[in-house]
Amino acid sequence: MVWLTGGCVALAVLMIVLLLAFIFWQGIATFWPGPLVMVKTRDGATFLGEPTRRETYLAPGSSQPMTRVLYKTGNFDVTGSHFNWVNDSDVVEKSEPRWALVIERVEWGNAYGALEGVTDGNVSINDPAQAWQRFGELHGAGLKQLTASRLIVRTAQGKLVPADRAKENEPLLVSQVVRAYPANQLGLGGKVKVYFSRWWEYLSADPREANTEGGVFPAIVGTVLLTFIMVVVAVPLGVIAAIYLREYARQGLLVTIVRISVNNLAGVPSIVFGVFGVGFFCYLVGGSIDHTFFADRLTFHKTALIWASLTLALLTLPVVIVATEEALAAVPRSMREGSYACGASKWQTIRRIVLPRAMPGIMTGMILAIARGAGEVAPLMLVGAVKIAPELPISLHPPFGLNRSFMHLGFHIYDLGFQSPDSEAARSMVYTTTLLLIAIVVTLNVSAMVLRSRLRRAYSAAKF
Amino acid sequence: MIDAKSPQTATSPAAAPVTPAGDRTVPKPQPAPAPQPAPPGAAAKITTQPEADIHSELASETHIISVEDFNLYYGETHALKNINMGVPKSKVTALIGPSGCGKSTLLRSVNRLNDMIDTVRITGNMYVDGMAIYKRNVDVIELRKRMGMVFQKSNPFPMSIFENVVFSLRIDGEGRKSVLQETCEKALRGAFLWEEVKDRLHESGLSLSGGQQQRLCIARAIAAEPEVLLMDEPCSALDPVATSKIEDLIYNLRGNYTVLIVTHSMHQAARVSDYTAFMYFGSLVEYGTTATIFGNPHLKQTEDYVTGRFG
Repeated sequence: MVWLTGGCVALAVLMIVLLLAFIFWQGIATFWPGPLVMVKTRDGATFLGEPTRRETYLAPGSSQPMTRVLYKTGNFDVTGSHFNWVNDSDVVEKSEPRWALVIERVEWGNAYGALEGVTDGNVSINDPAQAWQRFGELHGAGLKQLTASRLIVRTAQGKLVPADRAKENEPLLVSQVVRAYPANQLGLGGKVKVYFSRWWEYLSADPREANTEGGVFPAIVGTVLLTFIMVVVAVPLGVIAAIYLREYARQGLLVTIVRISVNNLAGVPSIVFGVFGVGFFCYLVGGSIDHTFFADRLTFHKTALIWASLTLALLTLPVVIVATEEALAAVPRSMREGSYACGASKWQTIRRIVLPRAMPGIMTGMILAIARGAGEVAPLMLVGAVKIAPELPISLHPPFGLNRSFMHLGFHIYDLGFQSPDSEAARSMVYTTTLLLIAIVVTLNVSAMVLRSRLRRAYSAAKF
Repeated sequence: MIDAKSPQTATSPAAAPVTPAGDRTVPKPQPAPAPQPAPPGAAAKITTQPEADIHSELASETHIISVEDFNLYYGETHALKNINMGVPKSKVTALIGPSGCGKSTLLRSVNRLNDMIDTVRITGNMYVDGMAIYKRNVDVIELRKRMGMVFQKSNPFPMSIFENVVFSLRIDGEGRKSVLQETCEKALRGAFLWEEVKDRLHESGLSLSGGQQQRLCIARAIAAEPEVLLMDEPCSALDPVATSKIEDLIYNLRGNYTVLIVTHSMHQAARVSDYTAFMYFGSLVEYGTTATIFGNPHLKQTEDYVTGRFG
């Protein structure tokens, strides 16, 4: 029996560890700069790109399994595709050219090629080494806004990488470049630098290219704000409701029914809460607010951060109520009696004795609510999470951005994975974003736990 | 120790009437909305109770608490049966009897702590300083503020030692630091705890040892200088050293406080109390000076119990 029970625990632990390790590894590896490889194939085509993965497949009409490598070849504006498969059997020449550059652009994704020259107004440099130096000066010195500065880049396919397809012979604007590095010349230090610069961009910048590039800063802000408002609403409400149920209400059939209903509410599918949120908060409450206070100008009568937070608060309320009720019930009778015997009123007893004593349990409820609420996506799709929010849901002026739509990491993952125009490009971002979401939920939980253990120590045996 | 209280010079010469002029006409209990004439046949049961043997010395004392025709029911269980007794002022009175005889219930009725239990019904009344406490519009909180209570199991609050002691003052809104500190020191000295905790007043009350916790609870009970101190087996969970400290303390409280103490230990009752009441199965059996109850009880039942032959 001990083997069966222990085995089940081991299996559960193993699955969780595998899940976390997989996401962690995939998420961590995303931004590491790999080598740039140039391959020539038997039919004369040349590809320059970053190898992303290798697979074995069965070509139609052949019984022999073959291997092929997926190269991220970029230059989408020239070639029309970000990725190319190259069969290993077709490769006639393979090299890692020293001059190959990875150029991350604001638009059209990455460009891969060699720098041939820089035109800077009337000055033009045609020596690659000098051009690279000049580019570094222009790019690094915050001169990105110089619209006249252009890079002349030779690609594997042809002469130039234009800034956009309409003007095919226009070279690449320096202002369009996010980051450029000679991938095959980087030492470990250089790679680390690129790696962290990418992470920093990821955490602090707005998304680009239909969310497949750039950062997720708005989604981080949205997630944290959403969770914060949810906690601020759900915890006081739930604690007060639990105090009534446990301390004031006469325990009987009615209270039992209420308690069972609350418990069952925790099991309602979250999408149902989303539907309710749209119908009740967005349309009914929001509509009424607009009608009453904003002369029917569209302000709250739409999906918004505040409505999403309230919907999540509703969703997590049962968790808080149940946990708080249990914490209140666990306060020993002797403590209450001691307080009453001192002449304390009921409310004084609750406020000074029962609530402090129950606080660690209430914190547990809060932690569970955060864990449940922060990872919830389904209801958010209905009440306010969007693919791209034009502005952060923060403002100094009433209504302080609460009525804006927002981005959310959970929804961002769904959007990247399943709604992206180029799922291959978004693939690595899915892992990174998942890692980030897990990190944020864990951070919120851990800080609540630290707070709880502080309280616990305060109410058991330590200094105040 | 017992001979310390032996001179039976009554504090008030005139035999104080056990029944002060109070309006006993409305003996309706507050918590129980049930109609007054409680269970059918209750009256008959009460009349079958033998009268308690209350010794004549008690009549010469001033009674701060008077219990009259007091009955208490837990649901259908008749826990206290027609109790009539007076608790002398500024004396230590012990309640003894076997487990489940209603000692603690009687004690908890004095500050109406049984109100907390939904199923409790009460008939009869109690008087504190002549005021009927089981009556409509009695301020229960005011009543409890006149009494301090120490429980069987020490129950310090989840706060610092200092805050524990001054809890009664805090809930009255006392915020002056000097008053709080003075009260705290006085109460802790009164409970013989000051020397042990004076350097760590701001540590949690729960960090103290068991005996210290119980003395902390006593300090808390006497901090507000109550008229009556109710003690429910205060030493039952303590070792002999802590017990003797607390017994010394109780002994020293006489004169300033009226102490009503429930105890299982006959020796403790004999050591600390002036008067002893023996209860059995919800009834008061015999009540007199501690010396008489332990040395020369009137009833065989009492003698059997105090000599350890049953119970």
